[in-house]
Amino acid sequence: MAKVLVVTSGKGGVGKTTSTAALGAALAQMGEKVVVVDFDVGLRNLDLVMGAERRVVFDLINVVQGVAKLSQALIRDKRLENLWLLPASQTRDKDALTEEGVGNIIAELRTRFDWILCDSPAGIERGATLAMRYADEAVVVTNPEVSSVRDSDRIIGMLDSKTVRAEKGERVEKHVLITRYDSGRAARGEMLSIDDILEILATPLLGIIPESQDVLLASNVGSPVTLNNAASAPARAYVDATRRLMGETVPMVVPVERKGLMDRLLGRRAA
Amino acid sequence: MMNLLRRFAGRDASAPVARERLQILLAHERGLRGQPDLLGVLRAEILAAVSRHITLDPDKVIVRMDRGQHVSTLEVDIEVPNGFERTLAAAS
Repeated sequence: MAKVLVVTSGKGGVGKTTSTAALGAALAQMGEKVVVVDFDVGLRNLDLVMGAERRVVFDLINVVQGVAKLSQALIRDKRLENLWLLPASQTRDKDALTEEGVGNIIAELRTRFDWILCDSPAGIERGATLAMRYADEAVVVTNPEVSSVRDSDRIIGMLDSKTVRAEKGERVEKHVLITRYDSGRAARGEMLSIDDILEILATPLLGIIPESQDVLLASNVGSPVTLNNAASAPARAYVDATRRLMGETVPMVVPVERKGLMDRLLGRRAA
Repeated sequence: MMNLLRRFAGRDASAPVARERLQILLAHERGLRGQPDLLGVLRAEILAAVSRHITLDPDKVIVRMDRGQHVSTLEVDIEVPNGFERTLAAAS
């Protein structure tokens, strides 16, 4: 059975797109057939993070409006043959998305894929509500920072009230994914701890992604962080989170950076 | 050494403040959910009721809710123009 998973947060810049790309690639590497869908109409970026920006011909809105067929808009990843991207439109306005149009596309994607990952835009407006509308599961990306936690709480409230599942009296399975976590600062009491965040949001934890320079390095070259440097701390954390999505029980640890002797001596990072 | 560490931790331990601020704020915001704009509805109905008798500037009707631990208060502040009694007398 296909699963529709929305990656959302309310707040911008917390790592929704990075997480969508990383989780999507990790699921595909585990043999699942995956499509990542960009809902950020007008400000698309998933194509760039996935390294497919020059291959976009048709987009989500073209499909909604019947200008292109779904198969024409889907872009197959160059590294993983069972990973696909459905880009957002860069030029149209977000009102071009309709609930019915999105519903039809999601229904069609369900017949072709195991996982449909919806990368939500920031905010709580139309794009964000449509991205979560048909979700079976949700990953709420949260930074250990007060404004992000507040916005996550708001989004969790919306997942419980504004989704098709919620309206049918069913549950959207929600997970919190904590990104940009610095265990040193948390231990020193400078940053909200994992326990603080989970207690406040009362939602199960999917994973803890450590703050890392590897995330920027991966986006620089247009590669999901799980593919760009699989040994890096964030990649291992995303793979753990993905295994939990697949139903495996994986001990919750915060992966740490592994630095070689030469890197330490020269004060540089392995690229 | 431990003392030194603890002192460092103590000086920078702003996370408990963050947690407490969030807990208070979210308790309040969650309470408002599901009853969208209760204050807006109250304000509109109060304005309608009073306007039947006194000509009011709608901007001068302020409805405010203060939530306390045990009781909450609803504060209604309506500014009426001087001489509204005369308007009433003239109308009747």
